[in-house]
Amino acid sequence: MKKIVLSLFTIVLFVACTESDDTGGSGGTSDDFNRQAMLTNWADNIIIPAVQDLSSDLGTLSANKDAFLASPNQTTLDAIRVSWLEAYKTWQYVEMFNIGKAEEFNYAFQMNIYPTNVRDIQSNISSGTYDLASVNNNDAVGFPAVDYMLYGLSNSDTEILDAYTIVSNFEAHKSYLSDLINQMQALTTTVLSDWTSNYRDIFVNSSANTATSSSNKLTNDFIFYYEKGLRANKFGIPAGVFSTTSFNDKVEAFYNKDASKILALEALQAVQDFFNGKAYNASISGESFNSYLQYLNTIKEGDDLSALINNQFNTAESKIQVLSNDFSLQVETDNNKMLEAFDELQKAVVLLKVDMIQAMNISVDFVDADGD
Amino acid sequence: MTSKLNKYLNKTTNAAPLAVFRVLFGIMMCFSLLRFWYHGWIEKLYIAPKFHFKYYNFEWVRSLGDYNYLLFFVCGISALFIAFGLKYRFSIIIFFLSFTYIELIDKTTYLNHYYFISVLSFLMIFLPANAKFSVDNLLRKRRFNQIPNWTIDSIKLLLGIVYFYAGIAKINSDWLLSAMPLKIWLPSKYDLPIIGNNLMQQDWFHHAMSWSGMFYDLFIPFLLLYKRTRIFAFVLVVFFHVFTRILFPIGMFPFIMIVATLIFFDASVHEKIIAIIKRIIKPFQKIIKAPKLQETYPFCSRKILLPIVAVFFAFQILFPFRYLLYKNELFWTEEGYRLSWRVMLMEKAGMTTFKIANSKSGQYFYVDNTDFLSAFQERQMSSQPDFILEYAHFLGDHFKTQGHENIQVFADSYVALNGRLSQQYVDPTVDLYQEKESFKPKNWILPFKDDIKGF
Repeated sequence: MKKIVLSLFTIVLFVACTESDDTGGSGGTSDDFNRQAMLTNWADNIIIPAVQDLSSDLGTLSANKDAFLASPNQTTLDAIRVSWLEAYKTWQYVEMFNIGKAEEFNYAFQMNIYPTNVRDIQSNISSGTYDLASVNNNDAVGFPAVDYMLYGLSNSDTEILDAYTIVSNFEAHKSYLSDLINQMQALTTTVLSDWTSNYRDIFVNSSANTATSSSNKLTNDFIFYYEKGLRANKFGIPAGVFSTTSFNDKVEAFYNKDASKILALEALQAVQDFFNGKAYNASISGESFNSYLQYLNTIKEGDDLSALINNQFNTAESKIQVLSNDFSLQVETDNNKMLEAFDELQKAVVLLKVDMIQAMNISVDFVDADGD
Repeated sequence: MTSKLNKYLNKTTNAAPLAVFRVLFGIMMCFSLLRFWYHGWIEKLYIAPKFHFKYYNFEWVRSLGDYNYLLFFVCGISALFIAFGLKYRFSIIIFFLSFTYIELIDKTTYLNHYYFISVLSFLMIFLPANAKFSVDNLLRKRRFNQIPNWTIDSIKLLLGIVYFYAGIAKINSDWLLSAMPLKIWLPSKYDLPIIGNNLMQQDWFHHAMSWSGMFYDLFIPFLLLYKRTRIFAFVLVVFFHVFTRILFPIGMFPFIMIVATLIFFDASVHEKIIAIIKRIIKPFQKIIKAPKLQETYPFCSRKILLPIVAVFFAFQILFPFRYLLYKNELFWTEEGYRLSWRVMLMEKAGMTTFKIANSKSGQYFYVDNTDFLSAFQERQMSSQPDFILEYAHFLGDHFKTQGHENIQVFADSYVALNGRLSQQYVDPTVDLYQEKESFKPKNWILPFKDDIKGF
């Protein structure tokens, strides 16, 4: 009797002392859904190719920047603008992956905080000493700052060219533009080389269901990005959903005046592709949220959540298609259409955040909670 | 009848089971509080949040800020005193008050097992748990062998209620026929060694777990009471609770229940446990002189204690059934859900955002919940009506002090229950700022579009 009690106590004590650790284990291998295959698909076919493409786009941007700074004229200005937009479009496929090095130094905060702060930019330019990586400069760097430097310094292209050629502090303008683009390139190189050198393996091997495993973290990142980076930043905030008035100056690519819709559509495409596990630069698809939900549904036999989510993405896209290329103009002329697009995007948030998360039963937080 | 009752109440028994229960309870509690502290949860749950969700009628309970650490310290020390049996009556009262106060600070952290601890420690105030094997005995230079039998039975009864009611709650169509929510929870444990990739994914296993969970809860009190099945029952208890501990983030609860069920064993087992503990503390024992033995513990204020305990149990038996007074689906509206031993019964997820409107101008804006709530609070708030209402009032008051006028608060709320597709939860046309919390049914909750049969 005593032996039974004692040995049981030992077992209890043993389990009590081995609190669930959050390091994650090796991936699933024999059940019907292979999470490691999903992580591998994400890393090898989506994330790394997208970052590689961004890195190459920033390379082009940098080359065009050098050409522009060497001889600022309308041709070189047009060229650098084109490569800026190309890189910005590619960025829409990268912003959601706030994991690894990107999370470590707040990559997205250093690449795409808008509206950019003109006063900070001007004071950086006039002082000539600045730390672009500083948190205080998050709103004075990245794509939005370059947007300002290429489109916003003045009202006409001639005057913008003057800013790089004849105005009193044109050298300071030149070096700020140069430093901005070099910084973006350097950050991207760091992120990319970490992925290709060692993080990729860490990432694909962390498929446990814990708050810090890569599958759960990226799921949370994905939903957070969709809700905040896409829905709120690109639509909700300028349309005044979170304030008593609308803000036509808080749109993405504000100074360019022609790209906010293009960028928003790219972002939604990126989200939908990631949801469906579609490769970044090929038309093949691998394991993804879509296939995971379908697997879970074979156990649960409920509604086809993947189809509902894809339909909702498509509906939202059609609402975005009718908007003006310049969201700033859209907010001023017919904000209701912005709000309609926001509402359709919002419906997908419910499906992702409530239904998908429930189906996948993702661990989000390490705290005692038994769901009652 | 009365003579039978009197005879029962006068019956005495060996004090060892209650003494062991006291020692293990104190140690477990002290360890739980240390663990809570160690994980940084005092800061995270009780200090960092700007806003705390209060239990109805306990709105006056305030977080003590940094003094919460002191509160936990007092609570932990009193648990240690309980284990030693040092100033027992005083310590258990302090423990009950401090522990319950902590739980009342924020209902976000509500767990059935915290409620169980509060209820149990309240009951223990009235029990002579220091009659044997306690420092109190050394101080009063007297030890006791016998205590009233009902004092031990009262703990058995409380444990029985907890298990049995948890079992009754499982008799519903979602749990038994759809194997929900285990069908959601178990497949997500794919990362468990050995069983994660196969057993956890099987439909039959989800059903088997649901049914055996129900039978376990319903019958375990009786199996523990009956001497011939007791050891088998205890093995079941250990297996069941260790298994649930592996599966779910329920902290110390399984171990507390395992230790608690030891009370069902005969005094001889507890005498042996005491002997083991005595052997461990032997080096210190030389200086202690054994106090004089007085056979029976004198229970002086029985006339006051017994009615209190009787009312306590009447409450415990009736209160969980208060949901019968509400006609809406219990799982959906949660009216009468908490404090009723409904353990791990549903998977509910929600998303609730709030619209602050000006009734005169028609202008409105949405609130970013993360401005006010922690992620954990937001998650709990999103699917529970009393949280939604309380938060709506907080937001209304907040924006009033910011100078907003004619404030209306509307909730845009979607909730999914046990794997069903999400549906709108709160009537979006109802100004929650005008609704008051009460025990009355909340008619601003939209009706549940399905039917869950059973208790």
